[in-house]
Amino acid sequence: MPRIRVEVDGTTYEDDVEPRLLLVHYLRERLGKVGTPVGCDTSNCGACTVLMDGVSVKSCSVLAVQADGRDVTTVEGLGAGGGTHPMQRAFHEEHALQCGYCTPGMIMASLDLLRENADPSEDEVREGLEGNLCRCTGYQNIVKAVRRAAGEMREPGRQEVTP
Amino acid sequence: MSGNGQHGFGRVPRKEDARFIRGQGNYVDDIKLPGMLYGAVLRSPHAHARLVSVDTAAAEAHPQVRAVITGETLAGLDLAWMPTLSGDVQAVLATDKVRFQGQEVAFVVADSHYAARDALELIDVDYEALPPVIDARTALDDGAPVIRDDLEGRGDNHIFDWEAGDAAATDRVFDGAEVVVAQDVLYPRVHPAPLETCGIVADMDKVTGKLTVHTTTQAPHAHRTVYALVAGLPEHKIRVVSPDIGGGFGNKVGIYPGYVCAIVGSIVTGRPVKWMEDRSENLMTTSFARDYHMRGEIAATRDGRVRGLRVTVLADHGAFNGTAQPTKFPAGFFHVFTGSYDIEAAHCAVTGVYTNKAPGGVAYACSFRITEAAYLVERMMDMLAAELDLDPAELRLRNLLRAEQFPYSTATGWEYDSGDYPRTLRKALDIAGYDKLRAEQADRRERGELMGIGISFFTEAVGAGPRKHMDILGLGMADGAELRVHPTGKAVLRISVQTQGQGHETTFAQIVAHELGIPVDDVEVVHGDTDQTPFGLGTYGSRSTPVSGAATAVVARKVRERARIVAGAMLEAAPGDLEWTPGRWTVRGDPSSGATMQEIAMAAHGSLELPDGVEGHLDATTVYNPPNLTYPFGAYIAVVDVDPGTGKVAVRRFVAVDDCGVRINPMIVEGQVHGGLADGVGMALMQVMAFDEDGNHLGASFMDYLLPTSMECPSWELGETVTPSPHHPLGAKGVGESATVGSPAAIVNAVVDALAPYGVRHADMPLTPANVWRVIQGRPFRTDLAIP
Repeated sequence: MPRIRVEVDGTTYEDDVEPRLLLVHYLRERLGKVGTPVGCDTSNCGACTVLMDGVSVKSCSVLAVQADGRDVTTVEGLGAGGGTHPMQRAFHEEHALQCGYCTPGMIMASLDLLRENADPSEDEVREGLEGNLCRCTGYQNIVKAVRRAAGEMREPGRQEVTP
Repeated sequence: MSGNGQHGFGRVPRKEDARFIRGQGNYVDDIKLPGMLYGAVLRSPHAHARLVSVDTAAAEAHPQVRAVITGETLAGLDLAWMPTLSGDVQAVLATDKVRFQGQEVAFVVADSHYAARDALELIDVDYEALPPVIDARTALDDGAPVIRDDLEGRGDNHIFDWEAGDAAATDRVFDGAEVVVAQDVLYPRVHPAPLETCGIVADMDKVTGKLTVHTTTQAPHAHRTVYALVAGLPEHKIRVVSPDIGGGFGNKVGIYPGYVCAIVGSIVTGRPVKWMEDRSENLMTTSFARDYHMRGEIAATRDGRVRGLRVTVLADHGAFNGTAQPTKFPAGFFHVFTGSYDIEAAHCAVTGVYTNKAPGGVAYACSFRITEAAYLVERMMDMLAAELDLDPAELRLRNLLRAEQFPYSTATGWEYDSGDYPRTLRKALDIAGYDKLRAEQADRRERGELMGIGISFFTEAVGAGPRKHMDILGLGMADGAELRVHPTGKAVLRISVQTQGQGHETTFAQIVAHELGIPVDDVEVVHGDTDQTPFGLGTYGSRSTPVSGAATAVVARKVRERARIVAGAMLEAAPGDLEWTPGRWTVRGDPSSGATMQEIAMAAHGSLELPDGVEGHLDATTVYNPPNLTYPFGAYIAVVDVDPGTGKVAVRRFVAVDDCGVRINPMIVEGQVHGGLADGVGMALMQVMAFDEDGNHLGASFMDYLLPTSMECPSWELGETVTPSPHHPLGAKGVGESATVGSPAAIVNAVVDALAPYGVRHADMPLTPANVWRVIQGRPFRTDLAIP
């Protein structure tokens, strides 16, 4: 069994894993990071989105062995010191979640979107989150939340909050 | 106090969010118990086949497999079949035949989720294929294969006939009508597809004899009772826990074979067993929605006065009648199909048939078939408007019920509680700028562009229901509530309904806060655990606010009255001399002399001498049996652009004015509406559960079963009017399903309106680009393909 060394949410893990083990199952079943859920079996829904070296990936479509030597951030790794990240707060303030199941992936995908475009228009947010399905919100409040967080994160001195 | 949000109604931010935004929710698949094993289901590749043999030897020899359960195993326990919510039976694991593709054949329990899947590949099943029935319209043909030969005396695929309304009076109206328009209207089979699939962790404790299940259920108490009836376990030895649920949308009302298999797996192995289905399993085998083949007829005068409606429905229920609805209503509440109009006579006749497909029917925010009813009448109204060459808004304004007609008894027996329909439609027309839109449309038509405007005005019927008429498997649809105020004035509310994202932990706390004048944050809402909560029927049919919300108001008022007696003892005043200001009982005429709820709570638990018959403490229970349903309504307007070259439809604008009476939390109501409108976009434009002639499911993954993304949804434009329900303690009506019920018709009406230059009068959903292009080309429409 291959051995991997991976940093997840600031902690380094070393594990022997089956080559076929999906990253999402490594996170959930091995590390207990169940904040990242599974919503489909065809890579469409994006509920499992995490950041790998800062870039969003659907962790159901990445093997754990492919994360060897990488830095993975899940929703559980946001908000240093028990606080919350501006993106998390914006989702709360704009009522951008209901059942909460797409929320972790949606938040992580949104962070990647802002990495590429710090001040997205409404259309750009919609396009940027096309890979993340939500069944509850009809998306509108998610778009508002991402733009609200973007505004807050653009303020001088706020860069340190991005993962 | 109310209005600022902290002491009651208003835009109170959600309590639930704190855990969800941090990935700290607790969904079924997050649960890990010591020694827990993993289950997986082997499924039929055939739609209809005789089961010749199931060879599990190789799977059982797998080093990580702990049990393999077959139909034969279950038959030995008398569990091979289970009752459905419609009084039929459904195979848990097939014993004689398989009756739909994806049906459960065997269940493997293994040390890991990967090993369980591996072992499925080692099971060898021998099938003898049988001809399937796929098209419901052929199910009753002479010589059609009989799907349910398990049922004694059943020689065909007929399930039920049901009718409502006065057939003779309706026929008389039609015989004398100046104008009659008729149309076949299909509401295609779709699926609610909650983002979290169905699953369970079953834990049979052999020492205590107690079964605990953590499961995706919208109705935990009903599940407990059904498990007791099915498994023969005593009800007090069954605990059903519904933790955080990642969306339900009606998918998680019934009991699925996988749940029963996991319970049996735990009994057999003595260890907890988790079963969590994949998306493809969810789409193929759990409760579908709709699948109504409707023939609608509308009768009117030449000047646009609607007089009669007549509908026949062929309902495709799949292989087992598992439809979830009140026992006396095999077609749900379809007979609200007269909608929002004053119609003198109406009749509907519904025939249910078996086909070789998964069971279901009632799901996906349908309010028990009102989606179908609302869609039918709103399509027929538009066809009538086209026939009469009348503007569809004008036709509706001529026929909408007026405020002074409420309470209004419909021709099919409903008593609508309240409404002011013309006001709501006018508001929507104003927001949309309707006249300008029509002018713009005329301009665009001149230039050969296809723009459409579609209206839907719907009346919902939610809050099942009065237990004299409404029960699920004999369980009356009343709901309990328990409220306990602690010595320091903090409260715990226990309710029988089960949120799947609708915000109950926040809004039910708001109701208590509103009634008792204590902060929302001081109220904890407990739900979803049958050991901890009072009995009730769960959350579906938008019934939480009408039934459990009412129960919460009633129980809080009981506590407030008890507090009045305690305050009287504290203040040495007769309780009748006290008056209530939010949070405080004061002596009438002496506002300085009073006691707050917090002071009263402490006194109620303290050494204060209480009047005879008052036990002390500050709590109450209630059971709320609603006198009627609530009837929210709304006016929706869609504006679409259609590309004539590709058939692609873009929803440019969507205006939704909803009236659900008093709004407990407007922020949450709006979020519910947004979500339902997205459902409407999905159903109208892209979703269908398609089958080929062999019964292969062609829409069994998100590759083919398309859900709207952020790109297909416009920015919703909402409005509201407030017409309280007179019989509800808070004046509140349900609303969660309104947008799913009301929006598909608006979009389809808009697309048909856009296609008017081609002489199009009707087109069925889904209006995919290929289908719209076919309509434009005059080619036959296809609803039989996932991506036509």
